[in-house]
Amino acid sequence: MWQEQRTHWYPRGLEVVTVALDVDAEQARPFIEQAHAEHPSLIDSAHVTDELFGFVNVPNGVWIDEDGKIVRPAEQAHPGRNEFTESFRTIDLSTLPPDVADILREARKITSEPELYLEMVEDWIEHGAASRYAHTPDEVIRRSQPRPDAHARAAAEFELGQWLHRTGDHAAAIPHWREAHRLFPENWTYKRQAWNFEDPMRQGHTDAYDGSWYEDIKAIGAENYYADLIP
Amino acid sequence: MILRELVLDPAEFAARTGWQIKAEGACKGEVCIPLPAQARLDDGRVDAVAVARTLGMPVVEDAAHGAWVLGPETAVTGRALTTAVAPELELPDADGNPFKLSSLHGRKVLLVAWASW
Repeated sequence: MWQEQRTHWYPRGLEVVTVALDVDAEQARPFIEQAHAEHPSLIDSAHVTDELFGFVNVPNGVWIDEDGKIVRPAEQAHPGRNEFTESFRTIDLSTLPPDVADILREARKITSEPELYLEMVEDWIEHGAASRYAHTPDEVIRRSQPRPDAHARAAAEFELGQWLHRTGDHAAAIPHWREAHRLFPENWTYKRQAWNFEDPMRQGHTDAYDGSWYEDIKAIGAENYYADLIP
Repeated sequence: MILRELVLDPAEFAARTGWQIKAEGACKGEVCIPLPAQARLDDGRVDAVAVARTLGMPVVEDAAHGAWVLGPETAVTGRALTTAVAPELELPDADGNPFKLSSLHGRKVLLVAWASW
């Protein structure tokens, strides 16, 4: 879907760069091939991008100006709506297995703001630094995720788990990913990446972790899954 | 950043964390934090523990595998961003070709994170 926006934006001076935060690069590849994107479509199998820019869920975006300065830090970034993205809202839940229906019922309560986001990007393309959505360096830093020591430790534990997973010792990764979840419970990237190895897609409860997508979203409230866009 | 010894190669450290080791100290964007003299080793490398202490980076040890991992900095702003200057980001595309974020200098960039999961 970013490709569709990109055709309008690129001639006006904006490039889209997508980064797949996937420890297993092969899982991202089919999506990239299917998208036939003209913009750079990168794979970050070490989750370096989340740490450098402060992404805690996907899809998330940052804006970088012509001089390489960040003018909006990490926040929810949805490329729009179409039949595919909205299909989970219209499907008859009674036709699905009960646990899948429960998941979709929660997913329907998630609040995302694609219309506002695209309007903001348009405004930035049009007005550049004068756009009311482009912020000063101090404001950008202030708006970026807080990073107490616990979050920095969570990043370290998450990376250690990835390293162990890559060396072929997946079981050794699990305690470190559990610790990352404990230290930074609001980080959905750490959780979803880890849960997905045990129970792909559904990310249900397994012996490996205390939580699951369904349990955790029920606990925080689906409306808090993405922080509101603050223009 | 995964380490097999508590010593940093400045080029690897910069590529992974965005922090450059310069004469004035450890620098990211316009921010430079002086390093203690003993942090700099004779061979041009730097002491990981001294850098970690200066920048507020946690060091987590995995004794069983003989590794340490250096977490991101907390000491300067207490936020995920220490500076609004975008760090260099070099990642492969789906064909394995390396791409540098800095190659888009002069254009606006919308950097979007997504995942298959």
